[in-house]
Amino acid sequence: MSGQVLLIEDEPNIIEAISFILSRDGWTVKTHSNGADAVEMVKARKPDVLILDVMLPGKSGYDILRELREDPEINGLPVLMLTARGQSKDREIAERAGCDAFMTKPFSNADVLETVRALAAK
Amino acid sequence: MPRDTLTGSRIRERRVMAGLKQSELAKRADISPSYLNLIEHNRRRIGGKLLVDIAHALGVEPALLTEGAETTLLATLREAASAADMQEAEFVRVEEFAGRFPGWAALLAETQNKVETLQRSVEALTDRLTHDPHLAASLHEMLSTVTAIRSAASILAEPGDIEPEWQRRFNRNIYEDSARLADTSRSLAQYLEEADSEASETNAPQDELDGVFQKSGFHLPALEIASARVEDVADELGQGLSHAARWLLLRVLARYRTDAERMPLAGCADVVAASGSDPFALSARFGTDLASAMRRLAHLPEEILPDPVGLAICDGSGVTTFRKPLPEFPLPRLGAGCAFWPLYRALARPMMVHVEVMEQSARAAARHRAYAISQPTGPARPGEDVLFESHMLIVPEPKRDGSEKVREVGLTCRICPHPSCEARREPSIMVASAPRKL
Repeated sequence: MSGQVLLIEDEPNIIEAISFILSRDGWTVKTHSNGADAVEMVKARKPDVLILDVMLPGKSGYDILRELREDPEINGLPVLMLTARGQSKDREIAERAGCDAFMTKPFSNADVLETVRALAAK
Repeated sequence: MPRDTLTGSRIRERRVMAGLKQSELAKRADISPSYLNLIEHNRRRIGGKLLVDIAHALGVEPALLTEGAETTLLATLREAASAADMQEAEFVRVEEFAGRFPGWAALLAETQNKVETLQRSVEALTDRLTHDPHLAASLHEMLSTVTAIRSAASILAEPGDIEPEWQRRFNRNIYEDSARLADTSRSLAQYLEEADSEASETNAPQDELDGVFQKSGFHLPALEIASARVEDVADELGQGLSHAARWLLLRVLARYRTDAERMPLAGCADVVAASGSDPFALSARFGTDLASAMRRLAHLPEEILPDPVGLAICDGSGVTTFRKPLPEFPLPRLGAGCAFWPLYRALARPMMVHVEVMEQSARAAARHRAYAISQPTGPARPGEDVLFESHMLIVPEPKRDGSEKVREVGLTCRICPHPSCEARREPSIMVASAPRKL
């Protein structure tokens, strides 16, 4: 597979592991760790798939996603949300905000890879 | 070297292999069964003379208990492989993996044990999670750390070569994250201990009642005496309780006293010595109903039982009104247990006794026999509906090869990893293998 994935996550070792498995699969991986300027980063990078953590410094992943979905320039971007909160209400919030896939921690590398491939193929 | 935390598990493993009851081993080692129970669940550190005494009682070298056996490592690796749905061709090579890469195998096993420990923490904390932002934040931190460990460990465990530089980086990440996990766990444990020692006025009355029994134990010698006054015992145990919690305590203690009167301790000890933790035997001996016999067994001193027993009681709405959990069979704090428990199924068929062997999905190592019955809460009255409540006695059951049906159950949906369950009320936070496409 090839294409660009933007990973917005503030946990350095998760960033390193996900970057490794995606890079090995042929993806170009860009990373970012701050929520405050995440929307600008997405618009500048124009990735094929966005992996977005929910709990970020500066701005939550839900708020970032809502802003992306309201922006005609970037509102069709496939988004995979990652969170440690797996309750039904969190899934509902993610669904309403407009995410394409939702995974709860601790997830497996294989699932991340499979989901990114599926989202890119949409 | 990291501190070994599995000595207790090895003692339990060796005791079961030797066919010894917990109470028998405790007697030989000159400690109480409840203390041995804590040791076996790795909740008390053990060393020195006590370790030597237990090893002697088990007929093994002390080093075998502290250093572990090859079987323990292999069993842990197999658990890790099962949890990850590893392909059969890789799964059968576990011994080869442990033999060729002992360091990596030990690291993977240690990570698996940490994940299991974390799962137990999740089970214990999940009910409080929605009510306590500090717990939610701590758990978020722990899950993120475990995710990082799991991802790095998976990469290292995959077949094929990884460049030495990446190996070093992921190895270092696992080391750093393990240390962070230890710090977070320690801080969380300290927070919980402090919370437990504070006044419990902000807790639900049922929590306060649980706290009373955690502190005093479930056997209350003061209520075994014929002249015992329930109010006096409630005054002593219920200091600082809210009005609602004291009302609940009085109700439970009054039942205890009535049961103790109908089934005196000495007679119960005789029945247990002859028949084990069998509610039918106790009921038959004293001519009582089965639910009373279950409650009596749950309140007997652990020293006279082959193994500690658990008990759950719920009313007709399914709300838990009494809970005595076991280390290997926890009970959710705010009700909402697994719909497959006989406790709830008994409500649908009042007065029919359900007896079956259960395994909790996340705890394949532990098996329990459940006795459950739903009985009227009072006498029948003309033209009035009868209210029912259900009792479920939980008795540890040794694993046997046999044809007896074993029912797989969960604890509560939110933390049950069972992938496809008809009774599921909500998605599980313990299953990450099925990303939800929205």
